[in-house]
Amino acid sequence: MRSFFPIFALITLALLSYGLYQALVAAPREATMGDAQRIFYYHVPSAWTAFLCFFANLVASIWYLATRNPKVDAIALSTAEVGVVFTTVVLVTGPIWAKPIWGIWWTWDARLTSTLVLWLIYVSYLLLRRYSTAGQNPVLASVLAIFGAADVVFVYMAIRWFRTQHPQPVIGGGEGSGLDPRMWNALLVNWLGFLALAGLVIYLRYRLERLRQQVEEAHAMKAIAGTTRSTR
Amino acid sequence: MKWVYAAYGAAWAIHIVYLLILTRGYQRLREDVRDLDRS
Repeated sequence: MRSFFPIFALITLALLSYGLYQALVAAPREATMGDAQRIFYYHVPSAWTAFLCFFANLVASIWYLATRNPKVDAIALSTAEVGVVFTTVVLVTGPIWAKPIWGIWWTWDARLTSTLVLWLIYVSYLLLRRYSTAGQNPVLASVLAIFGAADVVFVYMAIRWFRTQHPQPVIGGGEGSGLDPRMWNALLVNWLGFLALAGLVIYLRYRLERLRQQVEEAHAMKAIAGTTRSTR
Repeated sequence: MKWVYAAYGAAWAIHIVYLLILTRGYQRLREDVRDLDRS
């Protein structure tokens, strides 16, 4: 993986650059929203990527509860953290898009509120892991992650279940919904780019967490060795 | 286009800040490993 990393990083950079070109130049100007609609090419792929990260976190959390493998725990932490980063992008780009179109930065409709709640759940997951001193940290965090994942379904379905200020689904929204093929192209290229970026950052975060686990283990072994010597 | 640039800029700022946090975390761990090796 280490030798493949620079190649994968270059592919990611190329995809993101091509995605930026697609979003800013190649995709047509939307008729009602004008250029502000181009925020869509960052906002939506970031949301989809965050959902996938949280799904991976759910799988890793269940897997961890079954096996108690620290490597799986490191995967759970990495995917949750990267998911929070992408959800932050969604929560920041959304209001910047809303202001010129709706005239307001924020409204407490079901989609926006549930997305904020999703972000808060996973931030509390990370805080629990970071600041709790109990030895059962990963177990508690895994249980929280399973409940957090339920909100992903709610966020996704919110615009189908409720009348919201947030637009109704453009993709998979039934009759009358859909995108111009050039818009589709820009959307998919950007999503691929963000998926590659997420994969890259999850890998880096995983390596970092594994190193932290090993350092913590070495500190514990050193402390045990010290205690054994002093009791003799 | 100013809204688009603002949104794209904010998105990249978030990603770059996160990468910087990871880099800082890695440097701290390396120092920790060096201290462990010394003692």
